[in-house]
Amino acid sequence: MKDKHNTILDFEDKFIPSGFSRRKFLKTLGGGLVIAVSISDFSMLYGAVTQDMPTDINAYLRVGEDGGVTCFTGKIEMGQGITTSLAQMMAEELDVTVESVNMIMGDTDLCPYDRGTWGSLTTRFFGPPLRAAAAEARAVLIEMAAEALNMPVSKLKVDNGVVYDSSNKKVSITYAELTKGKKIVKSLKEKPKLKEPKDFKIIGKSYLRADAILKVTGAAKYAGDIRLPGMMYARILRPPAHQSKMTSVDTSAAESIDGLQVVQDGDLVAVLHESPDVVDQAIYKVKATFDTPKSDLNEENIFKYLLENAPNKRTVGEAGNLTEGREEADATVESEFHDGYVAHAPLETHTATAVMEGDKMKIWASTQNPFGVKSQVARTLKMPEDKVQVLQCFIGGGFGGKSSNGQAIEAARLAKLSGKPVQLAWTRKEEFFYDTYRPAAVVKINSGITKTGKISYWDFGTYFAGSRGADMWYDIPNHNIVSLGSERGGPRVHPFATGAWRAPGNNTNTFARESQINIMAEKAGMDPVDFRLHNLKDSRMIRVLKAAAEKFDWKSRKKVEGRGFGISCGTDAGSYVAQMAEVEVNKETGEVKVLRVLCAQDMGLVINPQGATIQVEGCVVMGLGYSLTEDIQFTGGNIRNKHFNNYEIPKFSWVPKIETLLIDAQDEPAQGGGEPAIVTVGGLIANAIYDATGARMYHLPMTPERILAAMG
Amino acid sequence: MKEIIRFELNKKPVELSVSPDDSLLWAIRSSLNLTGTKFGCGQGQCGTCTVLINNKAERSCMLTADFVQGKKVTTIEGLSYNGELHPVQKAFMKHDALQCGFCTPGMILSATSLLHENPEPSSQEIIDGMEENLCRCGTYGRIIEAVQTAAKEMEGGIKL
Repeated sequence: MKDKHNTILDFEDKFIPSGFSRRKFLKTLGGGLVIAVSISDFSMLYGAVTQDMPTDINAYLRVGEDGGVTCFTGKIEMGQGITTSLAQMMAEELDVTVESVNMIMGDTDLCPYDRGTWGSLTTRFFGPPLRAAAAEARAVLIEMAAEALNMPVSKLKVDNGVVYDSSNKKVSITYAELTKGKKIVKSLKEKPKLKEPKDFKIIGKSYLRADAILKVTGAAKYAGDIRLPGMMYARILRPPAHQSKMTSVDTSAAESIDGLQVVQDGDLVAVLHESPDVVDQAIYKVKATFDTPKSDLNEENIFKYLLENAPNKRTVGEAGNLTEGREEADATVESEFHDGYVAHAPLETHTATAVMEGDKMKIWASTQNPFGVKSQVARTLKMPEDKVQVLQCFIGGGFGGKSSNGQAIEAARLAKLSGKPVQLAWTRKEEFFYDTYRPAAVVKINSGITKTGKISYWDFGTYFAGSRGADMWYDIPNHNIVSLGSERGGPRVHPFATGAWRAPGNNTNTFARESQINIMAEKAGMDPVDFRLHNLKDSRMIRVLKAAAEKFDWKSRKKVEGRGFGISCGTDAGSYVAQMAEVEVNKETGEVKVLRVLCAQDMGLVINPQGATIQVEGCVVMGLGYSLTEDIQFTGGNIRNKHFNNYEIPKFSWVPKIETLLIDAQDEPAQGGGEPAIVTVGGLIANAIYDATGARMYHLPMTPERILAAMG
Repeated sequence: MKEIIRFELNKKPVELSVSPDDSLLWAIRSSLNLTGTKFGCGQGQCGTCTVLINNKAERSCMLTADFVQGKKVTTIEGLSYNGELHPVQKAFMKHDALQCGFCTPGMILSATSLLHENPEPSSQEIIDGMEENLCRCGTYGRIIEAVQTAAKEMEGGIKL
């Protein structure tokens, strides 16, 4: 080993970010011990490849010369808490404290390529390789300690970054002493031994957020908190509607403002000034005319339009024979469910700060995919990718909406055109207008039950939601599931952009499915929980549903006038969810108050139970918004509600009592946690409203007007 | 037509040259470079820009900077006292009452103001008092618990 302590071992260039020479990259990494791991190496060693596994996850982990551990990852922190849970995984395998782990995230010069932070992928797919890297680092350090202490590896133990003689704790050496003056870089070539769940000291324990101290003191830096010398704030001229074309523009009135710079490049017309208040006023002095195509499409007639413009269908799942299933059916149910456009509405609007330094563009952006920003900016500005760097900052909420990066491209263009550092924070109006909404969608279901309450067939078509969550895990012998159009729509379908919204497609599909299941349960004369159990063979779903029913005390529920109970089940990102709720409906006004929600979730191995619980709570609260109020109103490309006072998101007074039950499944691989518990909320509340009022809701959101109309 | 305003910011006297139209939010975020006070909507509808003016929570985006002439302004950066976190800050950490953290400064200052006026609020009073502060991550339940913990910790005494 002696010679190897200053050697680059088994290190392949694939880990080196674009824009770095091998030498510069290794210099940047600094001294100590670095373990690099790629998903391809990892899956080769562990045979853990699943079909939907991303192939591009790389990571480095460094045990620095001070003994501190640093993880470099292209993932970002937007509130979901991976700063904490990833640190826990590394600390566990390395036998160091969670506090000694530092996360470097989303810096495209320092971190290896990553496609983006979405899909509840981080823990499921990124966690295991990272644990392996940490375990490998520990093995290398123990080997170095064995040599330094002149003892066999088998006699050594580690605690809090100190390697010691298991029979005499005084004979010891720290990680810092071992890495001092060394430079070792290694990639994963052999399968390191991971800890068994029974030996966990950190994984599975609740930890408070690692970034909390920065966030409660105002020290956490978001993209809009960057301050650069000579920085200009920007406002951009916006069209009145999507699809509007600018026909004339007059910037002369704005140009007379002291210190104001007008930038025009094709359709991009912007005002820049060192005062944000000045640009807010100045943009109104830019006079422009637009041609806007006429359209009568709106939030009510869009569904008919979608059905008429559906592209070819794609089969998601099929089994048996629908005709046979129909023949076996004693009763059938045919339903059509509608779901309106929903905004992401993060509290931080899309923001970016950009500056040209020499021939290099540096950008801080609120984005879920910094590497996407890097290539989009390079392409737009016709710059080589290695001349664009996206730097780390906190993200003020994403939910799938911060991945198209329009603001970062605009800020970069303005910085290049003006030659000055530029900060662009979209206004709230722009945020609502340029959001990539959760698409309006239609789900049609035709299904039937036998005399014994078995679902005999299931004919399911989902239009423009996307297929996530449409797959079938109820035990239905004859089913056919098709998806027409994705969440991004098709050519010229939606009057504006749509995209991924926390568990894309699944909220819509699960709302429809779980409503239909309750309708059939009633036809069968069965309790909705019993009916589900009667039609389930999936052991994980059965376990989670039974656990929810027991904790909620479903069987002994007592009905109070004006109140109702709901139930809903779903799967997402590898996790299983069963939710129950009690709601109160004011039959005079149609207003719904959700009193209690219980969520049972099987997400496999839970890294940070507290963090997972908080994600469930967030999912439930956010889910109430799309269930009850959130609906983008529009006329053609003109968005009519662009403020929080006419697009209402959940508030303090909405919050029910929320109980979270995490199923103990330590021996199962860790699954996703940021999205699963939101997919069930629409069906949950719809079923509870029905129980309270007898009104079946086929249209999200379930506004008071729609509830009153359905009550008749 | 700039004028000089003088006020107390985070326990220190400051002088600032402002135009009549300058908003308090951007005077704080840009001229004074205290970026813990956030821009969320610019219309007083979300609460991320909340600061304390004479110990009372106000929406800085809805005020002009000259409004604070001669007054006492506290931002999130000035809430800790003698190097120690304010009990409300500690309680937010203890209850994990935050996720993305963008609404957090406004939430903490609104809660501090609420406790100043009502040292022992019921949970309904917390809800009523903070209803117009928005959190998209859905941490409301934990914030209510945090405010109750802070209330107990402070025992009616307020350090601002």
